[in-house]
Amino acid sequence: MGEKTIRIPIGPQHPFLKEPAKFDFDISGEEIIGARMRIGYNHRGMEKACEERNYYQCLYLLERICGICSHSHTTCYVQAVEDILKLEVPKRGLYLRTLVCELERLHSHFLWLGVAAHEVGFDTLFMYVWRDREVVMEILEEISGNRVNYAINTIGGVRRDLTEEQRKKILGSLDLLKKRLDYYTHIGTHEPSFLARIQGVGKMSKERAIQMCAVGPFARASGLDVDVRRDDQYAAYGDLDFKVITSDQCDVLGRVIVRVLEIAESLKMIQQLLTKLPEGDIAVKKVPRRVPAGFSISRYEAPRGEDVHYVRSNGTEKPERVKVRAPTMANLEAATESIVGSFIADIPIAIASIDPCFSCTDRTAVVLNDKKKGMRITTWEELRRYGVDWYRKNKGIHF
Amino acid sequence: MLKRLVKWARVKSPWILHFNSGACNACDIEILAALMPHYDLERFGILLKASPRHADVLICSGPVTKQVAKRLKRIYDQMPEPKFVVAVGACACSGGAFRGCYNVMEGVDQVIPVSAYVPGCPVKPEAIIDGVAKLLGKLQQSAA
Repeated sequence: MGEKTIRIPIGPQHPFLKEPAKFDFDISGEEIIGARMRIGYNHRGMEKACEERNYYQCLYLLERICGICSHSHTTCYVQAVEDILKLEVPKRGLYLRTLVCELERLHSHFLWLGVAAHEVGFDTLFMYVWRDREVVMEILEEISGNRVNYAINTIGGVRRDLTEEQRKKILGSLDLLKKRLDYYTHIGTHEPSFLARIQGVGKMSKERAIQMCAVGPFARASGLDVDVRRDDQYAAYGDLDFKVITSDQCDVLGRVIVRVLEIAESLKMIQQLLTKLPEGDIAVKKVPRRVPAGFSISRYEAPRGEDVHYVRSNGTEKPERVKVRAPTMANLEAATESIVGSFIADIPIAIASIDPCFSCTDRTAVVLNDKKKGMRITTWEELRRYGVDWYRKNKGIHF
Repeated sequence: MLKRLVKWARVKSPWILHFNSGACNACDIEILAALMPHYDLERFGILLKASPRHADVLICSGPVTKQVAKRLKRIYDQMPEPKFVVAVGACACSGGAFRGCYNVMEGVDQVIPVSAYVPGCPVKPEAIIDGVAKLLGKLQQSAA
């Protein structure tokens, strides 16, 4: 046999993939020497559909970009629209929005921890984590009336207020979560059979993570200290005291550590939000239906990393363009590369370690390079410089 | 006799395959949540299988994107007879929020025959359990 390589296709339907996507792995013996991915199975054309809906209908549609981080997408979108409209959202509205943000992070990280345990065959942990995740789901249902797509955001604030009773109830359930979390932290970082499967798998060095533009917990696990919640503060994060968790492990173990500790930080933040919750309105009373011409970019730290929405308006009731860059898009290339050098059995956990969400990510691409029509290709360097200049001018952030 | 045995086995222990045909993940995590200890769909003998060749029931979420339509048909064809399809979620039933998008087929029944529809956006685990239990009730009544 010797040096012969074999290509193994995985997907679109495969037990380890929760959503349709396709990967091709070049295998030499047990070792992976090349990996490629192909996305696009989940592409529904939502950005185009947004152009045919008004700003409030878009909210409903954008919530359904992804069912796990639904609140991230709507928050990111309403922030952009509020920025164009120059709306001042009331403090209580911002706090409630942030509260749902953090609860969402909690449920998403619990979900991920369960799935990661499942991918390495540790089903007991999977079942335990998902049972405790139901506590978070019940809190979310209590606040918003829905388990998954909360529909709590509206342009200019939130749609539902929190009663004193609910506040006390949530504070009560946090204690249970804290107790369970201690147990998961111990399992995630000390259980020998679990560690043996995740240590040294899916290596991604800090330098390479920067080059590949990794974001979120994936980047933080490679020692990259990035977090939009701190770097470009939005909603109520400016009033909160929290740490950005990083790890120098650079492998799947690091990603487990980062996420588990982030759950602890989220619990802390929820506690702060609920104790500091200011009185007042929850939303701006009158929001114009027509949005003046302009554009805005909004950044948001979704559970999976930095989410970016670009909204351009033209003075009508409908947006002219809505562009979504979901965190998985940024991480997917890096994750595919990080698998190279691992064994076949490590594929599921290495891919799952970025917490992929293809429904956020999927897109189709049409490559146009017609010089006669005056189209040109922007190089990476030009794009980067443009972005750096834009942020310096508009947001006062220096890179 | 053998027929009765087969029917008994089918109703008491249906194996399911879950396929996401372009859904937003919300229904998918609710399907998983229904299988987890809190709701425990497994008490009906339902087991999530990985391969279409082992499955009796295909639980399909999502509005079926054009990319995935052919693959969905293929997965359905690989399942052994008799087979049943449960469309989970508003978009799997009719296109839901994605109706009118240029890349979706507006419902699972555009591609493969569907036995049960469970509407909701997203579907609650209770509704999924109700839908599956109703399907099992139908199977019990039908003369196998």
